Amino acid sequence: MSIQIENVSKGFGQVRALDGVSAVLEENKIYGLLGRNGAGKSTLLNIVTNRLFADSGQVLVDGQRVAENDDALSQIFLTSEKTYYPESMKVKDAFRWTRNFYPSFDEAFALRLAGSFQLNLNGKIRGLSTGYASIFKLVTALSVNTPYVLLDEPVLGLDANHRDLFYRVLLAKYGEKPFTVVLSTHLIEEVSSVLEDVVILKNGRVLCADSQENLLARGYAVSGTSSLVDSYIAGKEVLSVDSLGGLRTAYVLGKVEPGELPQGLELSRLNLQKLFIQLTNEEGEK
Amino acid sequence: MELNFNSERPIFQQIAEGIEDSILSGVFPEESQIPSITEFSVQYKINPATALKGINLLVDEGMIYKKRGLGMFVAQGAMEALGKKRKAGFYEKFVASLVKEARRLGIGKEELDVMLEKGFSEGEKDKEGEVVL
Repeated sequence: MSIQIENVSKGFGQVRALDGVSAVLEENKIYGLLGRNGAGKSTLLNIVTNRLFADSGQVLVDGQRVAENDDALSQIFLTSEKTYYPESMKVKDAFRWTRNFYPSFDEAFALRLAGSFQLNLNGKIRGLSTGYASIFKLVTALSVNTPYVLLDEPVLGLDANHRDLFYRVLLAKYGEKPFTVVLSTHLIEEVSSVLEDVVILKNGRVLCADSQENLLARGYAVSGTSSLVDSYIAGKEVLSVDSLGGLRTAYVLGKVEPGELPQGLELSRLNLQKLFIQLTNEEGEK
Repeated sequence: MELNFNSERPIFQQIAEGIEDSILSGVFPEESQIPSITEFSVQYKINPATALKGINLLVDEGMIYKKRGLGMFVAQGAMEALGKKRKAGFYEKFVASLVKEARRLGIGKEELDVMLEKGFSEGEKDKEGEVVL
């Protein structure tokens, strides 16, 4: 059971939004779909859910093509920036309506969760603030009980308390009955502890797709005096170097052998955010 | 138990050490149940696989055992075993780094001995304080 994205390309006019993207989203895993603005994250999620059509390539859900296939599509729920509900629809009516499309939608759970977030059930969806529009989508996504839940910028506009509540409810739901979650977000530091696997897009291509553990094991950081760091990194594959006065930190790909590190150099692990920034920086930003 | 997400130490190791601390301090007595993977995951907002990896370290060492369908429990004798394990690691973790920092600051052995002496006698005072309380 999985979502298979096979060689998907998509252009908008002159812009190549996705360029031969392939990835597998396995069952019951929490993924991070990471990329800078314009990397193609939303386009990819919209193609996976058949809201946009790929120019070439295909997406399979549990072996079935999603294009024009309601059965396959009913397995996936995507929250996205756009709100597709009618102008005057109230939150509570939208919940009822969602159940028609997703029979596994748990309305009682949604109502309880809306209460925890203080979401006004009689409020009109179009009138919700950015934060509450996000909350409405999250409550729906956490109640829908489909095997695949894709969340595009899930915590947009949420305050710290509501973000905290969201992650807790997500993990509690996941712990009770695992499902595939894809979190597409800019807030890498905040989600990194929740993610098992990571897919990084850069300029419409997959830069890397791996478990977070493997990804972080690909490199390390060393810091110390400029001369020590410079002589240590000579001949190594270096992602980038930061200097602060006489202190220099280098981000290096590869593994350090025990005992290999010279006296006076400090070794540290990469974290996902550091690695992401180093991998996705464009030339002029280094 | 607190996790430090900026630490150099992986989260799963911090989870394992946090549980060890709780066993040593008696928060999780021997033969008592520890929280589930989901409870750890929700409490610390971490992927359950990370929590599982941390707990499995302790299962492999025989500190924690699983009862099918019931949950995870602190093994009989875990406290003593942990005490031994921590003692074995004491030199690496504390003494070696203490001497390293002392060297960096130019603190000699004699000066360090005086500080240790002071540390022990103040520790005694703390103990007395606890008795009074």
